[in-house]
Amino acid sequence: MSALLEVRGLTVDFTGERSVRAVDGVDFSVAPHERLAIVGESGSGKSQLLLACTGLLAANGRSGGSVRFDGRELLGDPRATGMARGPGIGFVFQDASGSLTPHRPVGDQLAEVTMAASGVPKRAALDEAAAMLGRVRLPEAGRLLTRYPHELSGGMRQRVAIALALMAKPRILFADEPTTALDVTVQSEVMTLLDSLCREFGMALLIVTHDLGVVAALADRIAVMYAGRFVEAGESEALLSNPRHPYTAGLLAAVPRLGDRGELATIPGTPPRPGEIIQGCRFEPRCPRRTDRCRTEDPALAGQPMPGVACHFPRAPGDLP
Amino acid sequence: MSSSLWDAARAALVRDRLAMACTAMLVLLLLAALFGPLLLDFREDEIDWAHMAVPPFEAPGHWLGTDRLGRDLLVRTLHGLRVSLAIALAATIVSLVIGVAWGAIAGFRRGRTDALMMRFVDVLYSLPQVFFVIILTVVFGRGPFTILVAIGAFGWLTMARIVRGQALALREREFIEAAIVGGAGPARIVARHVVPNLLGPVIVFSTLTLPQVILVESFLSFLGIGIQEPLASLGNLIADGAAEMETAPWMLAVPAACLMLVVFCFNFLGDSLRDALDPRDR
Amino acid sequence: MSALLEVREASVSYPRFGEKGGRFTAFEGVDLALKAGEIVGLVGESGSGKSSLGRAILGLVPLAAGEIHWRGARIDALPRSAFRRLRRELQLVFQDPQASLDPRMTIAESVAEPLRVLAPEESVASRATRVAAILGEVGLATELAGRYPHQLSGGQLQRAAIARALIVDPRFIVCDEPVSALDVSVQGQIVNLLSRIRRERGLACLFISHNLAVVTRLAERVFVMYRGRIVESGARAAILGSPRHPYTRLLLDSVPAVDPASARRLVARAVPAIDEAAGSPVHGCPFAARCPYVLPRCHSELPALRNLEGGGAVACHRAAEWPAGLPPAAPA
Repeated sequence: MSALLEVRGLTVDFTGERSVRAVDGVDFSVAPHERLAIVGESGSGKSQLLLACTGLLAANGRSGGSVRFDGRELLGDPRATGMARGPGIGFVFQDASGSLTPHRPVGDQLAEVTMAASGVPKRAALDEAAAMLGRVRLPEAGRLLTRYPHELSGGMRQRVAIALALMAKPRILFADEPTTALDVTVQSEVMTLLDSLCREFGMALLIVTHDLGVVAALADRIAVMYAGRFVEAGESEALLSNPRHPYTAGLLAAVPRLGDRGELATIPGTPPRPGEIIQGCRFEPRCPRRTDRCRTEDPALAGQPMPGVACHFPRAPGDLP
Repeated sequence: MSSSLWDAARAALVRDRLAMACTAMLVLLLLAALFGPLLLDFREDEIDWAHMAVPPFEAPGHWLGTDRLGRDLLVRTLHGLRVSLAIALAATIVSLVIGVAWGAIAGFRRGRTDALMMRFVDVLYSLPQVFFVIILTVVFGRGPFTILVAIGAFGWLTMARIVRGQALALREREFIEAAIVGGAGPARIVARHVVPNLLGPVIVFSTLTLPQVILVESFLSFLGIGIQEPLASLGNLIADGAAEMETAPWMLAVPAACLMLVVFCFNFLGDSLRDALDPRDR
Repeated sequence: MSALLEVREASVSYPRFGEKGGRFTAFEGVDLALKAGEIVGLVGESGSGKSSLGRAILGLVPLAAGEIHWRGARIDALPRSAFRRLRRELQLVFQDPQASLDPRMTIAESVAEPLRVLAPEESVASRATRVAAILGEVGLATELAGRYPHQLSGGQLQRAAIARALIVDPRFIVCDEPVSALDVSVQGQIVNLLSRIRRERGLACLFISHNLAVVTRLAERVFVMYRGRIVESGARAAILGSPRHPYTRLLLDSVPAVDPASARRLVARAVPAIDEAAGSPVHGCPFAARCPYVLPRCHSELPALRNLEGGGAVACHRAAEWPAGLPPAAPA
C-alpha cells in the first residue's frame, strides 16, 4: 500500500539577519487511515514542518526536500496552499481563529467550502454544513449556522474549525496543536471527536503537538522532534512504554502524574535556539547519558525512518535514567 | 552580548539599502545646507548686476544660475533648505514633546481624564488651520517664529491621538500590571514603561511628519504668509520661481527639486523605519 | 494560629461590553483563608475566575462585594497609594513571562525595580548585591542579567519573574499559572524551584493552576472553582481519593495520561457533553449543563457550599449520596 503522504529530506530555513534552519532534514510517511503524531517542544521546528507541507510558511521561509501527497509534489507548487482547504488535505490550527473569520457567520464559512469545491447552491451547502456540525457533535446545528465565532466557547469553536476542515472530505487531516488552547476537560472531548471522526471518514491524521497525553490517546506511530530533527520514531505503544532516546524518556518522566509527591522530574537546561550551530549531538548538553563521543559525533537516525533512534547509547527497557 | 530591540532594529535598517541611501542623501543635504554657502562665492542676498536671470552653468561661479535680481540660486536654495529644515525640526520636536506627554497621560489614565483631554484635542482639530495661521500672522507679524507657533500648535494633535491609542493598548499588557504589583506609581509607569514602549510608532510618525511640516511651511510661504523676503525658504523660492516659470524655468526647478528630494527621502526613511521597528518575525 | 490572609464572601465583576451591557461576574461568594507558611492550591479552567481572584487579592481589581483581610486589617478598599506599603508583603508571579517583563528593560533592571520603588533608601551598591543574590537563588546565570527578555527562554524568563517577586522579601505570593506557558520538560524546573524557595523562606502561597496533577503535588489544601464559584475544597488526599463534586471528578478524569492503555480508555469514555457558550446566564448550579448526575433541581436551585466533616466543603445537591467520593467514570 503506497503512502498517502511521503516526506523526504524536508528542510525549512528562514532568511533574515542570519539564515536560521528550523527543520533540518526530516523523513516520514503516512499511510491511508494511519495516525502519525509528531511530538516536540518549542524550538523543535514541528509547527514549521507542518506549515511547510501546506505552503503556509511565513514570507521569509524557504522549504527544501520533497513532500508528496498522493504522488503529487506539493513543495514549490503555488497551488499547494489551495490544497489546505481543497480535496485531499484538511487543516486544523491550534487556535480556531486561525481558520474562522470573525466577521462572517459560521454557517456561511462552512457552506463556502462546499460551494467552492463542488458548485452546489447555497441552500444545499448550508444543509451540508448543518449536517457536518451534527457530526462534530454540536447540538442545535441549525441555530449555530447563524452565529459568529466570538459567540461560541473555545471548545465549540474548535469543533467548528474541525467541521470546516472536513467539509471538503479530506483524506488526511493536518492538526497543529488542536487541543492546546482548550480547557483540559474539553481536551478529552475533542480528542474523542478526532478519534471517531478519523474512523468514520476513513481519514489519515498527522498531528503535531507537545502534549504527550494527546499523542498517547490518538497516535498509531510517533516521531519525537528535537532541534529540527527526529530523535526517535516508532510504534506508539512501544515508544511510550520503552522510550529509547533519553529525550523521549525525559519528556515522559516530566509529565506530572496524579498522586505523585516530591520533586517533578525534569530535563535540565533549555533546548538550543533555532539556528544555533552545534557540533555533535544536539541533546548532549542536557543528556544524563552523555559521553565525550556525544560531544563530537552527531548521531544519525539509525534504522529506517520508522522505527529509529538517533543516539549513540539508546536506552534499553528498564534502564535508568 | 546583549542586544536590545533598538539594536535589532538598527541592524535591520542598515540592511535596507534604500533606507541607507536616503539617510546618506539627507545627511548630504543637511551638510550642504549648513556648510554649503561657506564654500560658495556668493552670499544669499548678494546681487550680481552683471548676471541677472542667468540659466545654470552659464555664468562663472553661478552653478545653478541666478534669479531675477541676480542672486545666486544655489546659495539661496541652500539657505532656503536651512530655514525650512530648521522650522520643520523645531516644529516636530514641539509636537513630539507635547503630543507624547498628552497622549501618554490620557491613554494611561483612561476614564474622565482621557475623555477630557481628547475632547480638547478634537476641538482644536476642528479649527481650520489656515485661518488660525492668518490670525496669528496678523497678531505676531510674519516671520519664522509665527510659522513655528502656527505649525506647532496643530502638529501635536495627531501625535497625541496616535500616542493615546498606543498607550491604551499598552496599559492592558501584563508588564504594566507587574509594575503596579512591584509598587510603581502612575508617574513611574508612564515614564519608564509606557513611553519607552511606544517610541517605535512615535519615531516613525515623526519621520513622516517632518516632510509634511516642510510642505505646510512651504505652502504658507508660497502664499506669502510665511517666511518673507529677503529671507529665503523653499516655499517663497518656489513662489518666485512660479512667477518666472515661462522665462526662467530654473528658478522654479531648482528649489522645487530640492523640496521633492527632501520630502522623498524622509518618506522612504520613515517607511523603512516602520518595517525595521516592527517586532514581528524574531 | 490566626489566618494571614482572609477572603470573605468576595466577588468581582467587570462591565460587559457589547450589546448585552450589564456586568460580567468573574467570581462570587468566595471564602478562603491562608495561614503563614501555608500553600493552598486553586484549581479551575477558563472562566472559573481563579485569575481574577489572584488579582483581587493583590489589589489590581476592585471587589464588587465582600472583604479581604491581611494580618487582620482590611485591605480591599484601600486606595492605590495606601496599598503600596503592602507591596513588600504580597507579591504575584504571572502566567506568561514574556508578557510580564517589560521588553525594553534588561532583566537586572526589571528584577531591581520593586526594590528601587519600595526601598528607595537602599544604596545602588546594596541593591546590586541583592539583585545578584536573588538571581543566584533562582538559578539564573549572572551573564543573563544584562540581557533583554526576547533573548531568554521561557524557563529563564519565569525564573527572572520569580526573582522580581521575591526581591522585596514578601510573606505571601500568588502564583498564577506559573508553568502553563512553559514546555513540559521545563515545567518541573520551575515547580521544583517554587517549592524549594517556599520551604526555605516560609512563604505562604496561593498556587493557581488548571493542572490538578501539579497542584496536588505542592498543596496540602485545594480549592476547586467552576464558573466563578468554589465547588469543592478539601485536603489533598480527600480531593484525590474521594472527590465529592462531579466537576472535581471530571478534572481528575481529564488529567492527561501518557501510558497508552489508560490514555485510550480515557478517550473511549470521555463524557460527550458540551461546554456552554461564554457568558450565558446561569441559574442554579453552574455545572448543571455538563453534569452526568444532574437532577431537575440543579437547574433552578444554586447549591450552597456546605462544610463536610473532616474539613473541606462541597457545593452539590447530591453530595450526601456519595460519602466516599465519586468513582472514576466507567469506560463507554
